[in-house]
Amino acid sequence: MSNQLSNSKTSEIELLSFRVGEQEFALDIMSVREIRGWTRATPLPHSPPFVRGVINLRGTVLPIIDLAARLGQHSTDPSERNVFIVVQSGEETVGLLVDAVSDILSIKTEELQSPPEMAADTNNIFVESLTIVEDRMLRVLDLRAALLSSSSEAA
Amino acid sequence: MSDPNDPMAEIRVAFFQECEELLEALQDGLTSMEDGSGDSETINVVFRAVHSIKGGAGAFGLDELVQFAHRFETTMDAVRAGELTVDTEALKLFFRAADVLSDIVRASRDALETDQSAILAVCEELIALTGADAEEDEIDPAEFQATGLTLDLDLPDLDALDDIAVDLPPLTSADSLFGEDTIAREPSKYTIRFKPTSELYATGNEPLYLFRTLREIGVVKIDINTQCLPELSKLEPENSYLEWQLKIETEENENQIREVFDFVSDICDLEIKSNGMDAEVSCLPDILPNEAATDQVVSSSEVSNAIATPAQTENLAPSADQTVENASDNAAEIPLEVSPKPAQTPPATKPRATVRVDLERVDRLVNLVGELVINQAMLSQSVAQIGLPSNTPVFTGLDELQQLTRDIQDSVMMIRAQPVKSLFQRMARIVREASADVGKTVRLKTDGDATEVDKTVIERLADPLTHMIRNAVDHGLEDSKTRLANGKPETGEITLSARHRSGRVLIEISDDGAGIDRKKVLKKAQEKELVTKDGQLTDSEIDNLLFLPGFSTADKISNLSGRGVGMDVVRSSIQALGGRVSINSTPGKGTTFSISLPLTLAVLDGMVTQVAGQTLVVPLNTIEETLTIGKSDLNTLGPQTSVLKVRNGFVPLLDLGTELGYRKPKPDYVDSIVLLIAHEDGSRAALVVDEINDQRQVVIKGLQESYGRVPGIAAATILGDGQIALILDPVDIVAGASGRTKLSTETALAG
Amino acid sequence: MTLNILAVDDSRTMRDMISLSLRQAGFEPTLAEDGQHGLEVLQDFMPDAIITDINMPRLDGFGFIDAVRKTPEHRAIPILVLTTESAPELKARARSAGATGWIVKPFDPEKLVRALQMVTG
Repeated sequence: MSNQLSNSKTSEIELLSFRVGEQEFALDIMSVREIRGWTRATPLPHSPPFVRGVINLRGTVLPIIDLAARLGQHSTDPSERNVFIVVQSGEETVGLLVDAVSDILSIKTEELQSPPEMAADTNNIFVESLTIVEDRMLRVLDLRAALLSSSSEAA
Repeated sequence: MSDPNDPMAEIRVAFFQECEELLEALQDGLTSMEDGSGDSETINVVFRAVHSIKGGAGAFGLDELVQFAHRFETTMDAVRAGELTVDTEALKLFFRAADVLSDIVRASRDALETDQSAILAVCEELIALTGADAEEDEIDPAEFQATGLTLDLDLPDLDALDDIAVDLPPLTSADSLFGEDTIAREPSKYTIRFKPTSELYATGNEPLYLFRTLREIGVVKIDINTQCLPELSKLEPENSYLEWQLKIETEENENQIREVFDFVSDICDLEIKSNGMDAEVSCLPDILPNEAATDQVVSSSEVSNAIATPAQTENLAPSADQTVENASDNAAEIPLEVSPKPAQTPPATKPRATVRVDLERVDRLVNLVGELVINQAMLSQSVAQIGLPSNTPVFTGLDELQQLTRDIQDSVMMIRAQPVKSLFQRMARIVREASADVGKTVRLKTDGDATEVDKTVIERLADPLTHMIRNAVDHGLEDSKTRLANGKPETGEITLSARHRSGRVLIEISDDGAGIDRKKVLKKAQEKELVTKDGQLTDSEIDNLLFLPGFSTADKISNLSGRGVGMDVVRSSIQALGGRVSINSTPGKGTTFSISLPLTLAVLDGMVTQVAGQTLVVPLNTIEETLTIGKSDLNTLGPQTSVLKVRNGFVPLLDLGTELGYRKPKPDYVDSIVLLIAHEDGSRAALVVDEINDQRQVVIKGLQESYGRVPGIAAATILGDGQIALILDPVDIVAGASGRTKLSTETALAG
Repeated sequence: MTLNILAVDDSRTMRDMISLSLRQAGFEPTLAEDGQHGLEVLQDFMPDAIITDINMPRLDGFGFIDAVRKTPEHRAIPILVLTTESAPELKARARSAGATGWIVKPFDPEKLVRALQMVTG
């Protein structure tokens, strides 16, 4: 999905923006399958802290990743207001627990810029590019990186 | 695996499936020949199995398979013809040939390398048996030329290409397309005299059709000779009286013309003469001038139906009419139109219909039925919550729905079920190979081959069963000398049986060997510190020591069993299938391993429990009993560990909540509920749960695919409330826990 | 016009392949698993031609052809024999049983179709 973003021949891409804690993130809309309201996840023993557990998505077992925890923030204390963004990356389908979904935006690809290298932070390894929308910084999530490492840690 | 849009790829897949069935029939046939239960048809079955594999292999250009199958078939043909008597040695060879054949089939299927030396060795022995037969030794390459896998029928005339191939190096089809155009011949003229015998008509051949085919290769003039036609009163309808003279002008050569008459060459008088470019007339001595022929035909036109020759029925009569009429027109070209035949419809019903279905579709159906079961449970739960009186029609309806759902589930599971026969046949081969390796004579008896089990269960049972069979040959059975000394028949016997028993499948592997040498086993276990020196073990507990990791009774590791796989691995693979294995051994009489398995892997009988607020399903087959901890049963072992006294033994106590990381150990476990988990090795563990809800069948949902492996968890399931519950893997839990506490299974010598 | 062809072969692979070849040529195949089954199908079916294997359980190709030739309404149906052997004896035997012609396995779909077209006109 991230390839699609960087190699895209069209000059515009559509992003789904959402909020994690105080920060605004976005995802290529092509990788988003659906958005679901909060349901209780069944915790998985011995899983990394950012894995909230699994939920029943129409009969399949869907792992839930707490994006805040994944990005090194405090774990979300989920409530009815939280939502899951069901995303697909390659063969993998995962639910991302976020605070709220904000908007769908069309962004010109040339307005996306690579994030500067900041060695001290761990969370920016999941940020693929940055852009500015209405004076706010939007972090475009590198989904593949976020998911790949999560499953290898989990395994 | 195969391109769904390529019908040939699909047929190829089906071919290999059919091969498996044929190989099975081959094994069966050989087995009946071996125990003398076969009749004359048995050898035919064996022959046909090999023959059909060869036939299909030829179609797919699987040369190696064709070659070997041909060799094997030739030998079987000799047996069939009574030229070869089958003795024990020959049968052994046939079994080996069947093994090699199945190896080549699988190698061809999966594009693997084959063991050339093994193939060659069997081939040579087969040749030695039948006697070298120069004609049979080499397969005519033309006969088994791969015909190419394309079924595109729009190619140019392939018959024409055959001729070209004579004077040109072998062509690829692309070359051929080109080649045909470049090699155009000058047209030449031929005169053909053609007189059918009555047999030509009796075999369903029709001169008119031959002439039409001729017309496709050139311009044809046809004259008929009715000289031999007798008077109507003397006419025998089954006899052939007509003769034709045909003149053809064609760019093709004589062979091409002969090919048209290929099917009838032995049932007609055929003369083909080249007239050269300017041959105007060709007077064949024994036919009348054209005029005469015409006259006679016209005069006898009213009997045209009668002379329409032997095999003609009303159905074909019109075309015979036409022949005559055309002939009377002296040099008329054959019309292309054929009078339409009555429309025919294939019969509506065909016996023994089966459908081959992609396994993926079946799995989808299994999954959907799983959903249905869950949904039905959810619905029942919601209805129950409304608090309607129990005699309302809603409940009756729900009960019926539940019954229907179960029935559908059972039926769907049956689709995946397969007889264990194929598995047992693989074991027959293992017995043959293993016994040859250790120089024992062993016979395998099978029972209940038709017992059906889930396909996946069968597949995953192959490895543990192989190991157990090898063990039985290697360790279970004595060598011939010992057997004879003990008054047993020289040939050892291993029995493999399968049967259904109370919703499960019971598979037993028995040998008539010496039985387990318990003294030796115990000594070994003590040496390896698997058990304490002073422990009093029952016979059955000693037998079960075989399943302990790292146990091997053979003094020297033999070629067979010493492959780094112990009975502990066998046990865990069987447990992974939701099964359990047990031993029963009688000294001097033999040993029986019993494997009890679920009928399907899609559902599981589980005990639904609560642990630290989470719902956990524990597979029922691992639970020996449930207990409530009494004060006097609980004993502290180390600073962090406890053991539970169960009757006269001690069992490590594990808090599931703690083991799964849900909570810290509870301050007190008195009055807690424990599940006593039994290992087949006789060791046990007691798992603390907070509450037991009920026992029920749950649909298994894989966790591995969507998330990855979770320690201590086997899979997930969806409960009636739509929530996901995890299914415990007790073996894994205990294995993971034993490292942390100092409790290990060897101290648990419970009675 | 669609030709109705009865194909008799005990090998499923062969039946599949014959069926595919025939369908691609616009023919309508009806399949039977052995000679006996073939005769059963023929009880209420009049094909334009029959293709049959030789080695089959229950009733082999020779027996099948013989039986077909003995039925008045079917005796004139062209019958092609599918055989892996090109040996003359086998052809002779097929001939004496009443076969119209033969196709050597593995068959070339084009040749099969041409042969069928020829024997059915």
